[in-house]
Amino acid sequence: MNSPIDMSEEIIKNIIVKEDDDYIVNMGPQHPSTHGVLRLEVCLNGETVKYMVPHIGYIHRAIEKMSESDTYKQIIHLTDRMDYLSAHMNNEAICLAVENALEIEVPERVKYIRVALDELSRVASHHLWWSAFGMDLGALTTFFYGMRDREKILAIFEESFGSRLLHSFVTPGGLMHDVHPNFQKHIMEFVRYFRKKLPEYKQLLTDNVIFHNRTKGIGYMSRETAIAFGVTGPSGRGSGFSCDVRKTAPYGLYNEINFKEILHDEGDSFTRYLVRMEEMEESLNILEQVADNIPEGDFTAKMKPIVKLPEGEYYQRVETARGELGVYIVSDGKKFPYRVKFRSPNFSNLFVLNTLAMEHLIADLVTISGSLDLVIPDIDR
Amino acid sequence: MILDIYSFSTLTTYIDKSLHAIMAPWLAVAAELVLIGLLFLAFYALLGLFLVYLERKVCAVMQNRIGPNRVGKWGIFQTVADFIKLVTKELIPIKNADNFLFNLAPFIVIIASFMAMAALPFAKGLQAIDFNIGIFYIIAVSSLGIVGVLIAGWSSNSKYSLIGAMRSGAQIVSYELSVGLSLLAVVVFSGSMQLSTIVESQANGWWIFKGHIPALIAFVIYLIASTAEINRGPFDLAEAESELTAGFHTEYSGIKFAFFFLAEYINMFIVAAIAATLFFGGWMPLHIGHWEAFNRVMDFIPSIIWFFGKTFFIIYLIMWFKWTFPRLRIDQLLKLEWKYLLPLSLLNIVLISFVVLMGWYF
Repeated sequence: MNSPIDMSEEIIKNIIVKEDDDYIVNMGPQHPSTHGVLRLEVCLNGETVKYMVPHIGYIHRAIEKMSESDTYKQIIHLTDRMDYLSAHMNNEAICLAVENALEIEVPERVKYIRVALDELSRVASHHLWWSAFGMDLGALTTFFYGMRDREKILAIFEESFGSRLLHSFVTPGGLMHDVHPNFQKHIMEFVRYFRKKLPEYKQLLTDNVIFHNRTKGIGYMSRETAIAFGVTGPSGRGSGFSCDVRKTAPYGLYNEINFKEILHDEGDSFTRYLVRMEEMEESLNILEQVADNIPEGDFTAKMKPIVKLPEGEYYQRVETARGELGVYIVSDGKKFPYRVKFRSPNFSNLFVLNTLAMEHLIADLVTISGSLDLVIPDIDR
Repeated sequence: MILDIYSFSTLTTYIDKSLHAIMAPWLAVAAELVLIGLLFLAFYALLGLFLVYLERKVCAVMQNRIGPNRVGKWGIFQTVADFIKLVTKELIPIKNADNFLFNLAPFIVIIASFMAMAALPFAKGLQAIDFNIGIFYIIAVSSLGIVGVLIAGWSSNSKYSLIGAMRSGAQIVSYELSVGLSLLAVVVFSGSMQLSTIVESQANGWWIFKGHIPALIAFVIYLIASTAEINRGPFDLAEAESELTAGFHTEYSGIKFAFFFLAEYINMFIVAAIAATLFFGGWMPLHIGHWEAFNRVMDFIPSIIWFFGKTFFIIYLIMWFKWTFPRLRIDQLLKLEWKYLLPLSLLNIVLISFVVLMGWYF
């Protein structure tokens, strides 16, 4: 065990001193670049950000409290609404927690399909991030290219589950029903299609000189800062913080699949961008390994109609498109959980924003919050 | 070289004579002024609507879309419908705004772009006023618009507007220099500031071809600097919608917003028209040295088509920038001007003077 990182220094840097004559600009809750109802109270000195206070709670729906009066199968439908771009991973987190508690072994076919859905959701989520990040920087055309390719994934979802975004498709023990017969074929078609389209992304944004100037060296996050604030996911991995739950605590099929964790050390916005671009390619590799080998079999394990967890505490974490999602369940043996707590990645990722954006220009604040890829409903839950 | 291109001056002289025949001289002049004013107003409105439509179609092509296609054939009446919507919309009063300045600002912006139109030669013999200091007049008048932008930002009582206006002020004051210096290049070549003389001087070849590399450098600098001067992407910092929602016109609604919107597009037309006139010969057809047969064929294409063809080609270039590049940051924008473009254009002027002195151009 390495010596623990001294967090006090990181926290002292983040202490905000407010003064009476500060020039405050409210970004949000209705603002094009906060991607949702987030309010940033930005104090400006000319164009420079002096400090920035995030105000959350505009879309709080008490998902954790509502979970206490729902059965475990019903909670799945609430988790969709947290990080709606990683809906499948959120569902899977609570399913895995229940399955581990009941010590149920899910069929091989289910494991394969779940991983395929994980990676498809990840690519779709990164598509949307890429589109929106370009928009944040003023490159409006990226939005349509990202959406064009994301549509292919949503078509696969629609074919199998009937819904495109919030498909509560996994249940404790397996899946709601079997996937469409064309599932494998269409995944392979998508992988081939998207490999051809990736160079376009490079031409339009990655290789652009203006884009380099806007992102390189902007919003530097050291590994220590990332750990102190609990920044996970691609944002953390851009700072060299090895935090991919798929590697550190493999679940489902991930310990049998051959893939690499994308790690970079530079820690600026451009690196976080690169990590996500490379993750998309890595997800395609995983999809190639999985889609061809989905075995025949049942789509669910044998489950009782009403799930009751034995008394105790259960914790399960998964890697969503934005970082580590933790589900903590306290059960008192009844059909409803006693307490549910979600450790959502965006909550931690948001609060590092002030440290990164201080002393940068207001345009950089937009770049940095875009590079952290925040989804607001996941912050408020 | 004798040009037998149709000159609009025959038409205008005829109108002038017939007006003088039926009216007193002072009344004839007044009638002509009113007539020209009405013509320009109509042209201005139609051009604005068409440019907005064009931009939406061009951006649709860049983004794998079809663009407007519901109102009229190919959606050509879409912008008309949009304009009717804007005209009928409520003008929202702003709390604690400086009402006089707030209402004045859109007019200053639109008048500035209107005035610059007067000196443009649209075709042979079709020019409202042929100043002997035409270029100087256009530069002077087109930079008046910034006053309106600053007033709009200041009087709206909004922090976003104020930041947008300050950015816009810094940007236009800086880029004005490069625009002026790159236009000076052609003035040095042709030895005149009068736009009609400059066009005539390109009868045996356009300056972008005749002027070798210095003219090309001047053109590239002009294209960058003028895009920045009219606040269009990738230099649209004044209204950077991902940062400042809409910049200086955040608080405007209805027809007042439409004025800013129209002025932006007309300004784009003006800078493109100036570039076409100075570097690409304006209404002058493509002539190559002593290829008499080729030149005669080119003369059959009316001069007004040459002018608008060149102008819309440059407008297309400017739109292409906007839809493919990310936006610059304010410090990068100013660095680009003061550290690269301005020294380069100063050097270019020296180079051009040398080329002209030695007679190294056609």
